[in-house]
Amino acid sequence: MIFAAASLAVLAALTLAVIRALRGPTVFDRVLAANAVGTGAIMLLALLGFLTGRPEFLDIGILYALLNIIGTLAVLKFFRHGDLSHPGGEEPSDA
Amino acid sequence: MMAALPEIIGGLLIAIGGFFYVVGAVGIYRMPDVFTRMHAAGISDTVGAGLLLVGMMFFGGLTLVTVKLAIILGVILFTGPMATHALAQAALHAGVEPILDKKAVMRGPGIQAAPKKITKTVKRKATAAKRKPAAKVRRGRQTAAARKRRSPT
Repeated sequence: MIFAAASLAVLAALTLAVIRALRGPTVFDRVLAANAVGTGAIMLLALLGFLTGRPEFLDIGILYALLNIIGTLAVLKFFRHGDLSHPGGEEPSDA
Repeated sequence: MMAALPEIIGGLLIAIGGFFYVVGAVGIYRMPDVFTRMHAAGISDTVGAGLLLVGMMFFGGLTLVTVKLAIILGVILFTGPMATHALAQAALHAGVEPILDKKAVMRGPGIQAAPKKITKTVKRKATAAKRKPAAKVRRGRQTAAARKRRSPT
């Protein structure tokens, strides 16, 4: 019962985040919304696991949490340097 | 008494967590620029997800499920601020200006690189907003349109 209500709340939050990802003016809005969607997917997985009485989905939730941060950082690095194999650090002109 | 005490506490925590999760998502949808949206995303990443997971721990009891929930909570609590920090740094580096008060001056270690450009653009935006007669326009929409015009992407 409470799991169904919380699942509906997380679904509403996911809808708002997806709308922001579609409408976001800059790429950073989209990355932020994608990060929020990833967190919402973890919450929805855990809640659905409890809702159906089989909370074994939590391993997939851990996997999503780890993939989420890697994906966010990879996208940010790609849009900052234009290349994922860039060594990082500041450019000489910015120092 | 129909339900056991841990389930009552867990249900309360899940209800409060769901509320804060929706509050954070509404903030992501309605806030005017990227930095304030990050601020709103922090609500659903810490209070919302944290209370939901702790509430589910009360339902899980002392089993492996609770351990997995604690691992998810730890990962989210560590990586959320990390992603927000990287996002804010990347946005500042790409030249996205936060919406400031008219007298405010941006300063800090990350933006010493180009302080002139940033203060100049902020000043120009403030005077343009003053010159515009239709001051009743909602501020978020107006700046979103202005950002779309000179978006870096």
